This record gives sequence, C-alpha cells and structure tokens, in this order.
Amino acid sequence: MIPELGQFSLVLATVLSVVLGVLPLWGTLNRNTVWQSLARPTALLQFGLVLLSFVCLSLAFLGNDFSVKYVAEHSNRLLPKAYQFAAVWGGHEGSLLLWVLMLTGWTAAVAMFSQSLPLAMVARVLGVLGLVSVGFMAFILFTSNPFDRLFPIPADGRDLNPLLQDPGLVIHPPMLYMGYVGMSVAFAFAIAALISGRLDAAWARWSRPWTVIAWAFLTFGIGLGSWWAYYELGWGGWWFWDPVENASLMPWLVGTALIHSLMVTEKRGSFKAWTVLLAIAAFSLSLLGTFLVRSGVLTSVHAFATDPARGVFILCFLAVVVGASLTLFAWRAPAVTLGGSMGLISRESFLLLNSVLLVVATGAVLLGTLYPLVIDALNLGKLSVGPPYFNLVFAPLMVPLLFVLVPGTVAHWREARLNDMVFELRWVGLGALLLAIVLPFMFGKWSAGTALGVFLGMWVALGSLQHVVERIRKPGRIGGSFWGMHLAHFGLAVVVLGITGVKSYEVERDVRMSLGDTVTIAPYTFRLADMVDVNGPNYKATQAHVEVLKNDRLIEVLYPEKRRYFSSAMPMTEAAIDSGLLRDLYVSLGDPIAGDIPSWSMRVYYKPFVPWLWTGVLLMVFGGVLAALDRRYRRRSVSPLQTAGEALSSAS
Amino acid sequence: MSWSPRQKRFGLIAAGVLTLSVAAAFVLNAFNSNLVFFFTPTQVLNGEAPRNKMFRIGGMVKADSLQRDGTQVSFVVTDTMHDITVHYSGLLPDLFKEGKGVVAQGLLDDKGVMTAKEVLAKHDENYMPPEAQHALDQAAQARAAQSVKP
Repeated sequence: MIPELGQFSLVLATVLSVVLGVLPLWGTLNRNTVWQSLARPTALLQFGLVLLSFVCLSLAFLGNDFSVKYVAEHSNRLLPKAYQFAAVWGGHEGSLLLWVLMLTGWTAAVAMFSQSLPLAMVARVLGVLGLVSVGFMAFILFTSNPFDRLFPIPADGRDLNPLLQDPGLVIHPPMLYMGYVGMSVAFAFAIAALISGRLDAAWARWSRPWTVIAWAFLTFGIGLGSWWAYYELGWGGWWFWDPVENASLMPWLVGTALIHSLMVTEKRGSFKAWTVLLAIAAFSLSLLGTFLVRSGVLTSVHAFATDPARGVFILCFLAVVVGASLTLFAWRAPAVTLGGSMGLISRESFLLLNSVLLVVATGAVLLGTLYPLVIDALNLGKLSVGPPYFNLVFAPLMVPLLFVLVPGTVAHWREARLNDMVFELRWVGLGALLLAIVLPFMFGKWSAGTALGVFLGMWVALGSLQHVVERIRKPGRIGGSFWGMHLAHFGLAVVVLGITGVKSYEVERDVRMSLGDTVTIAPYTFRLADMVDVNGPNYKATQAHVEVLKNDRLIEVLYPEKRRYFSSAMPMTEAAIDSGLLRDLYVSLGDPIAGDIPSWSMRVYYKPFVPWLWTGVLLMVFGGVLAALDRRYRRRSVSPLQTAGEALSSAS
Repeated sequence: MSWSPRQKRFGLIAAGVLTLSVAAAFVLNAFNSNLVFFFTPTQVLNGEAPRNKMFRIGGMVKADSLQRDGTQVSFVVTDTMHDITVHYSGLLPDLFKEGKGVVAQGLLDDKGVMTAKEVLAKHDENYMPPEAQHALDQAAQARAAQSVKP
C-alpha cells in the first residue's frame, strides 16, 4: 500500500510540474498575474508530494518490503538500519528520486526566499525549474520507477554493494546532487533573464547567492567523494581522473567561473552574455554528468544498470535543454548591452582570465572524458585516456590561475595600476618565494615542482591574509562575502599545499609480511603484530593488527581488514588510516600468500599532507556558505539606482 | 600607459586569442601522446600492439595461471584463442580472480610478456570490464568464422 501511495504522489507531482512549467510562463507572456502567482504555491505543493513519495520509498526500505523490486535489489535484512536508509539512493531509481527531491526542494526554496523579486521574475524562474522537473519526473516514471513490484516476493534482499556500505556514501550523493541540481537554479535565473530580455545587475544579484550555495554543495560533494575513494577503495589515491569524477569536476570548474563572472555582471554590468553562457554550460554539464554516470556508457561503482532506454532519454533531454537554451540565447543575446569599459589591467581583466583558464581546463577534461566514448561508439577502436594526460594538462592551467588570483583580489575595477599592485604585493611575493625556497628542504628533497607548488599555495594564502588584515584595520562593517571570498581562497591554498606535499613526498611500499615482520618508512616502523578473525553484522573479516612505532615508541595500532560480505562473493579491502596534522599513515591488507609460514601481502603508505586536502575543501565550503549568506543579498528590494551607486563606490 | 580604447580592446582580444591557442596546442599535444589503446591477446600476437608504448590488454585470467613470488605476481590473460603472460608487482585488486575478466595496462617486452603498471578488475563481482568482454567476443567470432571454413 505504501509503495502505491509513493507512486501516486509522484504522478501527482509530475502533473503539478507540468502546471508549474506552463501556466506561470504563459502568464508572463499575456500579463496574467493570477497565473503568475500560481507559481509559488504550485512549487511548494510539488515539493511536498515528492517528499511524500521519498518518505514512502524510505519506509519500504526500513520495513524490508522486498515485494518492491528496487528494495529487493539494494537492501537486506542484515543491513544496519542507517545503511538501509542510505540504500534508498544506493541504486539508479532511488538516486533519481533523490535528485528530483533536491530539484523540487531548490524550487520550493526559491519560491519561499524570493520575496524581493518581481512577481514576473519569480514566475519565470519557477516555470523554468518546473520544466526541468517535468523532464526528470518523466524519466523516473517511464524508465526508472523505484516503486515497481516484484513477484514472487523474495525472502531476503540482494544487499547493498559493500563498497557503498560506508558513512561517506550516506552523505556524498545528497551533497553532490544538491550541487548538481543547484546549478539548475542558476540556469533558471539565466533563462528567465533571457526570456525577459533584462540581463541586468539585478538579475546577477538575485542569482549570485543561489549559485554560490550550489557551488558550495558541489565542492563539498566532490570533496566527500574524493575522501571516500581515498579510504574505501584501499588504493591510497584521492583522485583518479575517472570519468565519473570528471563528470562532477566539469560543472564545478564552470560553476567556479560562473560565480566569478556573476560578480563582474553585478558590479560592473559587463560579461553578461558570457555569464549566461556559463550558467547554461554549468547546468548542461551537470546533465552530461548524469548521462555519463547513469546511462551505462561508463562502468563504475556509480553505473548501476545498463539500460539503453535510459541513456537515450537523458541524451534527448540534454539535447533539448542545450538546444533550446542556446537558441534562446542566440535570439536574445544581440539585445544585450555592453557594460562599462574595462582597462587592460583591471579586476575585470583578471576575472576574465580566470574564466578563460577555467573554461579551457573544462574543455581539456571534457575532451579526455568523451573522446574514448565517442571513438568506441563509432567503432573506431578502444582506447583510454589516463591520468598522465589530465595531470599534464591540468597543472599548467592551474598555475597561471592561482597566480592571477591574488592580483585579481587587489586590483581595482575599471583600471588598475601595475606599479601600485606590485608595491602592494611585494611582501606577499617575497614571503611566498622565501617559503618556496626553504620549506621543501624541511620535508625532504627540494625540487622545482615542489617549490612551485609551495610558492603558489603561499602566494594565495599570504595574499588573502594581507588583504584581510588591511581590511580589518579600516573602519566599517565587513560583509559576509568578503570573509567568504578570502576563506574560500585560503582553503584553495591549503588544498594546493596539500596536493604539493602528498605528490612530492608520499612513500608507498608493497611488502610481504608474516607475523612479527616489520617495514620501515622513516621515521615510522610498521610491525604486523597479529592477525585475527572478526565478525561484522553482515560480513566476516580478517583483521591485521599493525603496530606503528616512531623512535621505538608505539604511537598507534592500525586495524586494516579484508572483509567478505555474506551476500556476495566479493571481498572488500578496508584500509586503516592514522591521520595527523601533517601526514596520514595508511595500511591496506592484501591476499594471503601461500608458503611455509603464513604471510600476507600488504601495502603501506606514508601520505604527507593528505588531511590538508579535506581541510582546504571544508574551508572552501564554509567560504561559499558565508558569501551566500551575506546580508546585502537579503534586502527587501533593490533599485537599479542603488546597484549602480554601489558599483561606483566599489570602483573608486 | 596611454592606450586608446581601440588599442586596449585589440590588446585584450589578441592576448585572449594567443592564450587560447597556446593552451589548445598544449592540450592537444598532451592528449595525443597520452592515448592508451586497447588490444586483444590475438591482436598482440599478430603484432598489432605498439612496442615501447603503453597499451591495454583484456580478457580472462586463465585458470591456474596465477603465480606469486612475494609481492611479484604473474598471470596469463586469455581471450580463449591466445594467451599473454603478464607480470605485475603489487597488490591485486579485490575482484581479481582466475576465470574472471581483467584489464592490464603496461609495456610489452621482446619475449611477448607484458609488464603491467596497472591491473584493473573493478567494483562489482558480476561486472565484466567492457574491454575484456570485447576481447572474448572477438575471439568467439574468429572461432565461429574458422569453424565454418572447413
């Protein structure tokens, strides 16, 4: 009964999304304010219905209702309750329902927090979001219904993929989806502005907090995914340039360009067409990511099922979205006025460079991700593009990006003087240079690459610190967006330093160990002290006790495991990690090796600065949240005059 | 600097085009030299695979072919028609099993033995790497074609 209720409310929500996608937009065309004012209540009701549907599916999982096919395929009676709930989005159908829940949630949020917007604008934004919902809900109902029943009813379910039975999984997909779907809000604002023909500072101002918060979620989601891969896959890697990772990185890169470009549009009225294109691109890349991950053209932990109908549906949807929005753009863009003039050296020009570099990086990632798929689809052979390509391309693009970041934050709008900037940044530059020369020696071998990484990280970090200190000395309230920007930039610097550290100084040892054997990665010695069997709720495991000694003193015992889940023949490596301020010690247990005395293959890593990656990502996320919550976005109404005045005052 | 607006605009556009073309040239160059092609064991024995350049082979891990010597392992990848021996140093992935699909990436030496840098067997017990499946399908087709001939 409960699954049917869920299905029914999902159908109702679909009907409502059609209403939301048609009537308010139609109302803006014939100036019917009654139809326009339908948008808000419809959006809220739609969210309520999808939420009900989601709750129904969750109840089916928690109640072990294996008559529902999706539940039977992704859950099990022995599965701990928390994972039974997380299993709701552990497969294709449920994760799409979560996607739609997020989408309608964002729509409802826009409906609630848009009191300062003109009614027609609200109607357009919600209408566009409604149209996007129609596409996704039709996708669920026609190709991926999570409420389909199964007969005969199995006694027990097939269990969740053991790789996904992990706290990281419980929050990684929802956060990532919040980011992906959040880009649809930026997209809806851009399309609404195109429809109205009013691409102005007000539009950029409305759009900014939504885009920044979506960006923060996306950042968090990607960070969680990386963290999960690091400790769960047992390979000690945190970024594999896997197509699935690239699928989330591309909208992030474009989203980053978008939040910076929106700033120029708001403050100076320039870059309008470019900003709109970025908004369209960010959402299209989110859809492309969904297509890649869900269609089965890629095979990975994320590709749950291969059903050609699903791939075709998303591809068509993507084509419609991209085609329609670009057509609208081509029709409306000529009407877009140019903004104020900009100097060759000015904040605008630095931000333009930021955009160009990020877009080129996105293009490079896109090429490496799609090329093998296209070649395969055309039957021209099978090939792959590995991490060396991405590393080779990505790093040189990030170097100038990080370099211009600092002058970009101190440059004046319109026209900046190079001499002033060099003078202002002289200590930052010298300090970063000095640290780049000295610091690498302290951690081991000095190399030019390490020094460059340290220089860029310190350049950004010190640049932000100096700016913050100078600002605090001046009178006046400091807005959330100022803190947010510097926190996010500082976080980026921490990530850069972390990547530099781990890439320069990581040590990996593959060893064969018997009880009592040791392996040394100075100054740490790892000793295999014991090997025991442990029983988990739905698995059995072999657990190693590895003592870590530093200067002959025991500092930690690590417990890496090799698990065998009852529901599948598939073994699982559960790595053990000891995290410190400056390093991780990482041990993963391999297979037993036949011989006279029992021994096991083991992989031991010394991973310096890995915790900095996660810390940096968190700082960036907090920065984004702070910026989005800035008070000036929540003023009741904004007159164009006021905006122009602010642009002038910040330009001076 | 006293540049006229026109000069400024020209300068900006020129700088933009220059940056973009340098970046594009660089990206394409890196792309070209980092493509990793895939070959079936049959193709490798026919001499289609490159020497001195990494490539991937795929197929099944032949039954009873896995040998361990410390952390050194060697195994045979087969597409049921032909075999290639692979040497690898390090931990094998969780799902590596004899009789299951596998993809290995590495360099081929003069004796026709691959030294693998990477061994992939991914994520799900029922999952067959597409490359491995492709190799088996090719071999099956070749066999079918042969059996028709005589």
